[in-house]
Amino acid sequence: MLVQILRRLLIAIPTMFVIIAAAFFLMRAAPGSPFSSERQVPAEIEQRMLAAYDLDKPVGEQFVLYVTRLLQGDLGPSMKYKDKDVADIIAEGLPTSLIIGGAAISLALLVGCSLGIWAALRQNRPEDYVAMSFAVAGVCLPPLVLAPLFSLVFGVQLQWLPTAGLYRDQYTVSHLLLPVVALALPQIAIISRLIRASMIEAMRSNAIRTARAKGLPEAQVIWRHALPVAMIPVVSYLGPAISTVLTGGFVIETVFQLPGIGKQFTIAALQRDYTLVMGVVILYAAMIMFFNMMSDVMYGVLDPRARRS
Amino acid sequence: MTGIAATLPQPARGRSLWDDARRRLMRNPAAVVGIVLLAVFTVLGVVGMLNYAFPGLFGLHPVDMLYRDKVSIAPTGTHFFGTDTEGRDLFGRVLFGLGISLAVGFVATAVSLAIGVVWGATAGYVGGGVDAFMMRIVDVLYSVPFIFFVILLMVVFGANIWLIFIAIGAVEWLTMSRIVRGQTISLRQKEFVEAAKAGGASGPAIVFGHIVPNLMGPVVVFATLNVARVILLESFLSFLGLGVQEPLTSLGKLIADGANNMDTAPWMIIWPATVMFATLLCFNFVGDGLRDALDPKDR
Repeated sequence: MLVQILRRLLIAIPTMFVIIAAAFFLMRAAPGSPFSSERQVPAEIEQRMLAAYDLDKPVGEQFVLYVTRLLQGDLGPSMKYKDKDVADIIAEGLPTSLIIGGAAISLALLVGCSLGIWAALRQNRPEDYVAMSFAVAGVCLPPLVLAPLFSLVFGVQLQWLPTAGLYRDQYTVSHLLLPVVALALPQIAIISRLIRASMIEAMRSNAIRTARAKGLPEAQVIWRHALPVAMIPVVSYLGPAISTVLTGGFVIETVFQLPGIGKQFTIAALQRDYTLVMGVVILYAAMIMFFNMMSDVMYGVLDPRARRS
Repeated sequence: MTGIAATLPQPARGRSLWDDARRRLMRNPAAVVGIVLLAVFTVLGVVGMLNYAFPGLFGLHPVDMLYRDKVSIAPTGTHFFGTDTEGRDLFGRVLFGLGISLAVGFVATAVSLAIGVVWGATAGYVGGGVDAFMMRIVDVLYSVPFIFFVILLMVVFGANIWLIFIAIGAVEWLTMSRIVRGQTISLRQKEFVEAAKAGGASGPAIVFGHIVPNLMGPVVVFATLNVARVILLESFLSFLGLGVQEPLTSLGKLIADGANNMDTAPWMIIWPATVMFATLLCFNFVGDGLRDALDPKDR
């Protein structure tokens, strides 16, 4: 397991470097600069503004400077929010994004697994069909469609829940419910289909027949013997699921006007806030790589067959 | 002699995998409904696009016509889906957006299909160090948060529909190449490949003439589901204002516009959202149906 983690980390370093370089040069290739939209300033002053951010140097040199500072843990100052560092902006937005993402993943796992197991144990009965129709519908209702519809129905029409706005540190259930459910629903659908299929397969296996033949109570057969096997595909799906939820958070944060970092990224890219764009890319890339690695390592722990190869 | 030959029973015509699959698919009501509806949607989408190219061709309201006296009206007899905040007929715009969304889905999937099949089949057939190297590249690309790069590409080069085709296609080929590689490796050992080799076929001829046609089953399933994913990805970009741009529109863009006006004109989000939901549902039904029909484990 340690070897596996080390190998993944060794691949992660060049991958991260490529990501950083690609994002850096792509951003610099964009027409305009962070200061181009501002009111006309004399050329000398603009020159000094560019110099203050090292933007007057050749791009290659800027890249070396940026990476050097990055290695020292410095994401640099934001180029649009003049009094803030990128790290501050990310620190302000991160709790919101993480709470919404974490809650959505937990909800998706909880509901998705329960629904999938429940359907698998009633295979080809009406309950199974109802649960799986729900799952198919869930795949087709992405956050993009759900989020506005939820706030239309529950916020505008029924006035049950607030449609938008979340002030910092105001993480009440009523504010978080709609965004979290909208974000979780497609994942609930995918997870429940995954676990239903693997649970059905697990229940047909010889190990389960043996467990039943030994006279174990059915509950123990399901929870102790079938479920751990059936969970394996879900664990390996968790990595991709987390990255989908993280990026899906973009839409949710925009629709519900939540102060997360996903929302910052597009604005920053459009405003050519080079350092903020880089900061968000690096953070998300690191998170996605970390969760993918964790999910693969867990898979190796759970499934001995994967360890050997 | 001829008389005896005529009385002998004709050898039974073998059923190919695809004959079998078609039979099973046609027995799956959800898949059949999905196929029929998708055909209808495609025709409607083409009508919508033709209506944009040749306004008024089908007696529909032109896509760009502004009815200044009928801004944001609810659905009526002449405007089935109502009008938007500019006074444009929403029915015509939803058809047009459906056409563009389907076009993006099909073209980007074709791009990913082309790259993925060539990449995966080459890696799988050649094997050894080349395979390891090519698949390591895929592994590395997997951990790249592509959505950021798609967004950056749109910001840098300006959102345009050709870039969307290529950017999304370039993102989606990774899984395709893994599926194709796995299939190629298992097919490489088969007798018919050996026969082709004995017959003097070259490497590329074996890969593209013999192996690729035989691995199309899982590829078709994946491609069907992929069209739905691409439509979603495009709508995600549209939502951020980085998808297709005016005067073009897509279902995602219509939904995004509708979301901004949903308290005053709810039909502006309800119709495009319904059409998108139905379209995605159809692709999923057909994809699942194809998977069940082509999966040999089921036989």
